[in-house]
Amino acid sequence: MASTIRVRATSSGETTEVQALIQHPMESGFVKDAKGEIIPPHFIQQLTFEYGGKPVFVADWGGGISKDPYVKFAFKGGKKGDDLKVSWIDNKGASDTTTAKIQ
Amino acid sequence: MKLRTKVQLSLAAFGLVLLAFAAPSVFAADKVDPVADAKAFKKFFYEKFPKLKPEDFVNGPYSMNEDLYKQWQEKEQFPPYEFALEAGKEMFSKPFKNGKTYGDCFANKGIGVRQDYPTFDEKEGKVITLELALNRCREANGEPPFSYLRDEMASLTAYMAFTSRGKPFDIKIPNDPRALEAYEKGKEYFYTRRGQLNFSCATCHVQSPGERVRTEVLAPALGILNAMPIYRSEWSGMGTTSRRFTTCNSQIRGVPLTPQDDEYRNVEYYLSYVSNGLPISGPGARP
Repeated sequence: MASTIRVRATSSGETTEVQALIQHPMESGFVKDAKGEIIPPHFIQQLTFEYGGKPVFVADWGGGISKDPYVKFAFKGGKKGDDLKVSWIDNKGASDTTTAKIQ
Repeated sequence: MKLRTKVQLSLAAFGLVLLAFAAPSVFAADKVDPVADAKAFKKFFYEKFPKLKPEDFVNGPYSMNEDLYKQWQEKEQFPPYEFALEAGKEMFSKPFKNGKTYGDCFANKGIGVRQDYPTFDEKEGKVITLELALNRCREANGEPPFSYLRDEMASLTAYMAFTSRGKPFDIKIPNDPRALEAYEKGKEYFYTRRGQLNFSCATCHVQSPGERVRTEVLAPALGILNAMPIYRSEWSGMGTTSRRFTTCNSQIRGVPLTPQDDEYRNVEYYLSYVSNGLPISGPGARP
C-alpha cells in the first residue's frame, strides 16, 4: 500500500511552505448509508508536522474535516535538504507517517 | 389523344428533371455532415469567447473565470486526483487471474489511446466508449465488471487519460450508415430538452457556459469530455463520464438512463467528435 500522505515543502530561505494531501475517508459518524444505517465515525484526530524533532504544526481534527484533507501552512526556518516528518493518527488507532525532504 | 399523351409525358419528364436537380440540394440540408457540424460548433465557441485559445476550452470553467483560474493553478500543484491516478496505474499493470492485463485489450497496450475513444465498432454496429471497453475487457478475462460511475472505473480511466495527455481527440466516423446514425442520434440527444426543468445539454453547455448555476460556473460543451474523468470537490471524489451524464440528467430533474445506455454512448460519440483536435487534459479537477 502506497503512503496515504503526499507532502511538498519548499524553503524560501526564511520560511518554509508546506503543502500536504492526506487520503482518508474522514467519516463524521452522522452520515447514513444507502440502507439507512449510520456509517461509523472514522476521522483523523491528530496531524503532526515535525522539523528537527520539534512539532511545527499540530492539528486536532474531528469529523468536520472533509474527505482526503489538504493542508497548507508556512513556518519560520527550515533548510533545504532537511527532513520534515508528517504523521497522523485516527480515532480507530490507525496511523501513517512519512518523511519529506525540504526543497 | 396521341398529342395529349405526348405533352403529358414530356411534362412528366420535365418534372422529373426538375426534381432531379432540386433533390440534391434538399438532401444536402438534411444530410448528416459531421465535418461541417464540428466546424460550426467550434466556430460558435471561438466567437463567443474570442479571447480564449482553442486548447483553453479543455479546462472547462477555469478558462471562463479569472478567480477560479488562479485557484486552479494552485490546486494543480497538488492535484486531488493524484490518489486515483496512482491506484489506476497499479490496477492497470496488475494482471487478472488468467495472467492477462488491461493492456492486452487495447492497442499500444492501452498507453496513450484515450483520444481514440469512443470508437465505432463496425461488427457490433454500436459506439464503444472507453469505460465500456474496460468492463468488456474485464468480463472477457473472467472478472466481474466495475461500477461505471466512480472508484475503480474512474481510477482506470484517469490513468489512461493521463498517459494520453496533450494528444488531440481523434474520433473517427467510419463510412458506415450506422455510425452516422449513432452520431446523429447523439446530436439529437444533446439538443433535446428533458426533465422538469426542461433543459437540454445545450441549454447549459452551449447557451450559457461561463454563466453561473447557483455557485457553479458552467463549462463549455467544447472540450468538456477532454478532461474526463474528474475529481469534483462537490462529490469529494472521482467521477467518470457516465457519472457526469447521469448526474446532469438528475440535476435537471429528469430520470437518468442506465450508465452506458446506447443513448449515452451516442451522445459521448457526438460530443467527442465535435471536440476533435483539442488535447486530452484528463484527469481533471473541478470545483
